[in-house]
Amino acid sequence: MAELLEEMELVGEDSQKDKFLTFSLGKEFYGVEIRHVMEIIGIQPITEVPELPHYIKGIINLRGKIIPVMDVRLRFRKEPHEYNDRTCIIVIDVRDISIGLIVDAVSDVLDISSQDIVPPPEVNANNNNKYIKGIGKVGSDVKLLLDCEKLINDEDAQSLFNMQ
Amino acid sequence: MILLSNSFREPMLEMYKFETNQLLEQLEQLIINSEKSNCYSQEAINEIFRIMHTIKGSSAMMLFNGISTLAHSIEDLFFYLRESKPENVDYIKLSDLVLSCTDFIKEELSKIERGIEPDGNPDESVNIIKAYLSELKGDGGSNAIHENIGEKNQKDADKKQKYFITHSLSDNSEKTPYKAVIYFEEGCEMENIRAFSVMHSLKNFVQDIKSEPEDIIENEESTQFIRENGFKMQFYSDRAYEEIENLLNETLFLKKLELEVVDKTDEANTNKKKPVIDLESDRPNMAEAIRPEKEKEKEQSNKSLLQNFISVNVNKLDKLMDLVGELVISEAMVTSNPDLKGLNLENFNKAASQLKKITGELQDIVMSIRMVPLSATFHKMNRVVRDMCKKLDKDVELEILGEATEVDKNIIENISDPLMHLIRNALDHGIETREERIKKGKSHKGKITLEARNEGGEVIIIVKDDGRGLNREKILQKALDHGLIQDTGREISDREIFSMIFLPGFSTKENVTEFSGRGVGMDVVSNNIEKIGGVVNVDSIVGEGTTMTIRIPLTLAIIDGMNIRVSNSTYTIPITSIKESFRVKEDELITDPDGNEMIMVRGDCYPIVRIHKLFNIKDSVSNINEGITIMVESEMNTVCLFADELLGEQQVVVKALPQYIKKVNGIAGCTLLGEGTISLILDIAALVKIK
Repeated sequence: MAELLEEMELVGEDSQKDKFLTFSLGKEFYGVEIRHVMEIIGIQPITEVPELPHYIKGIINLRGKIIPVMDVRLRFRKEPHEYNDRTCIIVIDVRDISIGLIVDAVSDVLDISSQDIVPPPEVNANNNNKYIKGIGKVGSDVKLLLDCEKLINDEDAQSLFNMQ
Repeated sequence: MILLSNSFREPMLEMYKFETNQLLEQLEQLIINSEKSNCYSQEAINEIFRIMHTIKGSSAMMLFNGISTLAHSIEDLFFYLRESKPENVDYIKLSDLVLSCTDFIKEELSKIERGIEPDGNPDESVNIIKAYLSELKGDGGSNAIHENIGEKNQKDADKKQKYFITHSLSDNSEKTPYKAVIYFEEGCEMENIRAFSVMHSLKNFVQDIKSEPEDIIENEESTQFIRENGFKMQFYSDRAYEEIENLLNETLFLKKLELEVVDKTDEANTNKKKPVIDLESDRPNMAEAIRPEKEKEKEQSNKSLLQNFISVNVNKLDKLMDLVGELVISEAMVTSNPDLKGLNLENFNKAASQLKKITGELQDIVMSIRMVPLSATFHKMNRVVRDMCKKLDKDVELEILGEATEVDKNIIENISDPLMHLIRNALDHGIETREERIKKGKSHKGKITLEARNEGGEVIIIVKDDGRGLNREKILQKALDHGLIQDTGREISDREIFSMIFLPGFSTKENVTEFSGRGVGMDVVSNNIEKIGGVVNVDSIVGEGTTMTIRIPLTLAIIDGMNIRVSNSTYTIPITSIKESFRVKEDELITDPDGNEMIMVRGDCYPIVRIHKLFNIKDSVSNINEGITIMVESEMNTVCLFADELLGEQQVVVKALPQYIKKVNGIAGCTLLGEGTISLILDIAALVKIK
């Protein structure tokens, strides 16, 4: 993990292009743009906050800064998974909002150039697609590239938060 | 004309802006008060004259000629009022005139603040004032011309004033001539500018300053001269030797000061040889001389007060605040460290309590740095009310209560606009016309109350009017028409309906007026207040008036909290809202048919709120006699909270919940406990309403 972090710090603005941090949720691999990623931490004690959507697990204390954490499994309506020592929190920063994403495990930082990214298939039945920006091909593997903004600024999330 | 360089202006500019803004506020207040009592008292006139005189002087020094010219013409006007005491003055017109001038100056000041040259042309206002003055004097033509000439001379004089900050020759017979030589420390640089500011700081206390070298600012060589020979000054003053000495000793980088009283006859001779240019016309001089001693003293104390101010970037204060917050947390981490459990550490405890005392004091100071009373913001509203009353031809009195309430600077900045909108709204939509009020049997004079108070870690600001109140049906209809809500057929509470006026694009007023009715104002209000984490509530009774209550939490405050545990979670209750805590026996519990639990304490019945039920927490104590019941109060409402146990009292730093989560009902914020875990701070004001 340490090397991974180091590597992330080394890459500057320019070299962040086409780089994705990949993580796993069950069998699938997902990617987030490296420019959104602030850091990766292990699972931490989470303080539950009432009245939040079920996929927002609560808040954590990140060196004095308090940030919400989202269980990406629950966000994608997958079966919940017991947290273990491979469980990670990826702290992302989208438009000055910091949020932690709980994922099963973090794997690699990959270069996926734009010609290797295809738009997701238009399957209306599959609700999950709206969080996917594109599908990246890496060798024979497929990585689902997440749209971080949609992930955290969703309408149904909005309506849930506005409910008081 | 040689322009003074910006580097010279910079440090003074801040002070100039601060001072002028303050003076303008003072001025506005004076005018509005005077107008209320429908006459300008002698003191008020003197004070306005003094304010304008100061603004004129300092603006001229900063080379803001527009402001200076305008201030000068107002000064003239008030000079005439003071000296001639004319009768039948149209005070309303006078107030309008002066207020429009303050608006001009404000506009210019805001330009300066934005870093633009203040380029507004005051000629129009100046001419109006002149016309008014000659009207007052009753003999138009010749006097006006005379006035113009005087004006010209004075303008010239003002220009000169930039180089020599001296006041004119006044009657010096009773004043003592002084001679002072100032040596600056070697290598302090910019000796000429330092010398100039010494003269500037003296100008209010002494007369006829002459300096050697004379042209300190524009002559490059003067720096060298001061470095070698010191900066020599001669002046008259009615101040004691010690006072002058103290003043000069405040000079930065002062190495040596020689101050002596000069023999009078000797001085007179030099005076003849070197006549000082008469910088101001006679009238202001007289003003100087006539000005009561008391006022001068007051001015002096003001002056020294101002000199003790430094302007600090708010970001630095924020950082300081954060750091102190962290310090408090780490102090708790050390002193209540689990490693120390069970140890008998007498010396450690002594040292720890000392540390606690110091951090406590530090906290108080840091908090107080950021706190500003609301009075300035509130008094600004006087002007809003006045202007609107005029335009709408209504008669409204503004009552201000609790203006001394202090709030965080951030809040002040964000509260001003919403308050203005609310007041405009109350005046325009709320208060009826005079005839309508009389018909309804109300006093013809409307009343708007602006009130602020602290309540349990919150600031409450209330805007209340005694107007016609909100029309429930009309609002509902409008909201439906505009599609702002859907007709669900369900019963909507009054509060819900009233809060619709904050929706964007909402206005029940059929006619759009200059002040309100476009339906933009109110959603600005709620947006601005939400930005600082506050809420607005509307209560209204038809025919009796509307009350807007703004509740703003003190974000980033440090509060005394009681930590409680419910299952694995920790919550914090502000100590101020706790009345008592006790254990309830099962047979004391009263349950109504709906399953609501209550308890009788000393003859009063209070509802019980179980936190674990409220927040849906598993594995907590559910037996009422095993846990603890805490009675909390807010705004006269009392409920009993039920928790597993009390953990103890601690000072906590209130942090806002992450923006992403926005607002959770019943939670005011969160805080970090000693061990680094997060505790949620309960919002008692909201909890008492849930019941």
